[in-house]
Amino acid sequence: MKNDLLAQFNKAFESKARLSIMSVLMVNDSLSFSALKELLGLTDGNLATHLRALEESGYVAVQKQFVGRKPNTTYSATQPGQQAFADHLNALEEFIRTM
Amino acid sequence: MHESREHLQTLTEIRSLMERSSKFLSLSGLSGVSAGLIALSGATVVYTRLRTGLFTILHADPEATYTGTNQQDTQQFLVTVAVIILVLALLAGTYFTVRKARRQGLGVWNQSSRRLLWAMAVPLATGGVFCLALLHYNLIWLAFPATLIFYGMALLNGSKYTLRDVESLAYCEIGLGLISLFWPGYNLLTWAIGFGVLHIMYGLAMYYKYERTTA
Repeated sequence: MKNDLLAQFNKAFESKARLSIMSVLMVNDSLSFSALKELLGLTDGNLATHLRALEESGYVAVQKQFVGRKPNTTYSATQPGQQAFADHLNALEEFIRTM
Repeated sequence: MHESREHLQTLTEIRSLMERSSKFLSLSGLSGVSAGLIALSGATVVYTRLRTGLFTILHADPEATYTGTNQQDTQQFLVTVAVIILVLALLAGTYFTVRKARRQGLGVWNQSSRRLLWAMAVPLATGGVFCLALLHYNLIWLAFPATLIFYGMALLNGSKYTLRDVESLAYCEIGLGLISLFWPGYNLLTWAIGFGVLHIMYGLAMYYKYERTTA
């Protein structure tokens, strides 16, 4: 029983940083790299790595554009990403309830 | 058991992150108190200056329009006081909110504060222009309830992006503004209650609810 529930835990959200990134992208349409950094208190390298991992699993979409001459990259949660996040939260909740 | 507590903690953190990232929660109760005190002193200044004529100027026949230099003077005086109150209240409010954000270790100028400002700016600017139009047509008495109503609308719109409690304050301001519409002799009084007393009450409530322990 417990193992079944654990199986539903999404591997992509294993790290707390990734779970945090997804949770702030769930309530904001899109956020810039610097906004994410300020909110989560992660280092540049750390945040970039986690974002790339989420992007590779198709949970986060990256939009690159220019504001004047400065590159401005924003991130948003994709539809599958939102679904996966909701499933993961449900599994977490279920897990706690059965304890 | 240990694992369960860990997951529970994760859930709590997610919740707080979601709220913190989508809402501007650094609004200080003291901002409300200071704005209220400034509004009350402004209302007192207006009252002492216009004591003799106030109620006749703003009361009597609400449909009447007023002309003449006396009217012009009154209008200019009221607008000047209103602008001074607005600037002082904004300065004091910003000061306490910035201070609270600093203490929380958060930024003040971020996406959530920009969203809050924009949500409030549109109804407020509309209200400002509307009141200028009322003054243009010499309907001074109507400008008092109008500021209350538009301010309430701005708060209602902004409450989505900040502490939920702002919504209650918004309903009070709108309700008071509507009452004031049908109670033209007491415009200054309702205005003082709306911008003074309500702000102070709201500010103190917020201060004791969220800040007393951390301040």
